[in-house]
Amino acid sequence: MSAMELVCPAGTPAALKAAVDNGADAVYMGFRDATNARNFPGLNFSRPELEQSLAYAHARNCKIFLAINTFPEAGNPDPWFQAVDDGAALGVDAVILADIGMLAYTTEKHPDLRRHLSVQASASNPESIRFYADTFDVKRVVLPRVLTLGEITALNKEISVETEVFVFGGLCVMAEGRCALSSYVTGQSPNVNGVCSPACAVRYEEDGDRMISRLGDFTINIFEQGEAAGYPTLCKGRFKAGGKISYLFEDPVSLNAASILPELAAAGVSALKIEGRQRGKAYIAQVAASFRSAVDAIAEGGGRGAPSDLTAITEGQQKTAGAYQKTWR
Amino acid sequence: MSHPTTLVMGPVLYNWDPEAWRDFYFRIADEADVDEVCVGEVVCSKRTPFFEPYIGDVIERLLAADKQVTLSTLALIMTKREMQSVRDLAAMDDDNITVEANDVSATALLSGRPHAIGPFVNVYNEGTLAFLAARGARSVCLPVELGRDAIAALAKDAPTALEVLVFGRLPLAISARCYHARAHDLHKDGCQYVCAKDPDGMEVETLDGKPFLAVNGVQTLSHAYTDLGAHIAELQSMGVSRLRLSPHQNTDMPSVAAIVRDLSAGTIAPEEARARLAALNPAADFCDGYFNAAPGCERMDG
Repeated sequence: MSAMELVCPAGTPAALKAAVDNGADAVYMGFRDATNARNFPGLNFSRPELEQSLAYAHARNCKIFLAINTFPEAGNPDPWFQAVDDGAALGVDAVILADIGMLAYTTEKHPDLRRHLSVQASASNPESIRFYADTFDVKRVVLPRVLTLGEITALNKEISVETEVFVFGGLCVMAEGRCALSSYVTGQSPNVNGVCSPACAVRYEEDGDRMISRLGDFTINIFEQGEAAGYPTLCKGRFKAGGKISYLFEDPVSLNAASILPELAAAGVSALKIEGRQRGKAYIAQVAASFRSAVDAIAEGGGRGAPSDLTAITEGQQKTAGAYQKTWR
Repeated sequence: MSHPTTLVMGPVLYNWDPEAWRDFYFRIADEADVDEVCVGEVVCSKRTPFFEPYIGDVIERLLAADKQVTLSTLALIMTKREMQSVRDLAAMDDDNITVEANDVSATALLSGRPHAIGPFVNVYNEGTLAFLAARGARSVCLPVELGRDAIAALAKDAPTALEVLVFGRLPLAISARCYHARAHDLHKDGCQYVCAKDPDGMEVETLDGKPFLAVNGVQTLSHAYTDLGAHIAELQSMGVSRLRLSPHQNTDMPSVAAIVRDLSAGTIAPEEARARLAALNPAADFCDGYFNAAPGCERMDG
């Protein structure tokens, strides 16, 4: 069994170095604008920063993937076209795209530039994947976080392109690229503006002993004294439905599929993706090193090779294997 | 330039009692002044067997009433069985019936022949619109979060007819997880079809009691109903030729259609339309933020 590729996030050149130094096979990043799905203040790369990072990574046999995975704004596609053109000129190893128009543009203008399909394209079945592979010669598809292990196994048998799956970090519980919850509340869209539950729309208010977290005009959670007040990501909030108060969509947990890496390899997965371009270099270093040793152990036939315990750095100190287990649904 | 306006009744998104589902479509056939009616399960494939015995009768009745019939496909396809159902729909060869793709897989299967693109396929820009048009898309219902400027940019020289949702709860998200089941301490596999308890969605409130969202199985919708009545003349002047209404059980949909028809014909003022819509569902809140490039939940224009 060939080793699964370890794909790590980088929001800054320092994080990128940390990922490279700790064993990433590839690092994905984006430019500092709305062309990528992590358009947060203080994050992402200028063109010169990408150029320097490419030199650093390539000298160490690590690839760089450029995420241009938001949907270009009607009437203003030029920043997206420019991002692809610049990535191609600088020599990125692949671009990660979500939009059909962008795939068409890239296929025509840069036929030799390797194309991956972003999770934002929400391709969850063989016909969709075949469409992107046949039409735009997409080489790899990042699978949405909606599929079970069994479904991934069945899917890989029906398609000829590589698949990449998320194994660690934030857990989108809605089909990616098809969620307008954040824009409904904040006016900022993951699909267009590249931000979900953006900090500019977040407020914390003290109410006696309680802490209220809000996104836009809506209360996302209320924390009693002693409870850790988490970030008000909309789908990780506490709400009232059917007379019951609960984390209706998802608990404030992180995805950690470390315990099922051999099963993912057996399912035919080509690459493992770590989420977290907004994370610091220490975090990236720790997660990359941990998954590096696990992937190597599996490739060497060393059994499970479970990564070191990462519980301390997961959100809410809780973890889930998410949609990979059928019971999650 | 103004185009003749087509009124489209979108698919029933909820898990209605099968007879209520049938009767709704019969009533739309008999009483509603709409040009086109979408039929089919978009949200959860587990519901299809319930209304399947009636779908033939419904289509027949709609066609007999001179409505164009559109079969809408699932929005999120994960299993082989679901994929097969879309293949079957796409393989249908009936000039009277259009298939509406709500997933890229369906657009691929329908390529080369006339078809419709539903609001769950991401068409945000001219490049994607042109690509889909070249493969046979004749109409595209735009994603709900697009505002005035984006719609105008797309409508300029659009290669397909463009459609905008002007009434009803906004479909905001879809998931593999069933939130209806989760709210009832069940899993999707043993959901007991609890979504049937809420024919217009299960209300979700914030902890301080503010209405917020509505859960419909694996789908999440807005609490507020979009009402773009005040913007219909503007949409028409941009070149948007199709207006979609999303069905609700607690709202008299033929009456909604009549109001939107009057608005599109310019025979009533938006203020009157707004009052009439509010009277049809006094409990509903309305929003039009997305059109104004604001948070979708906001109500900005009357």
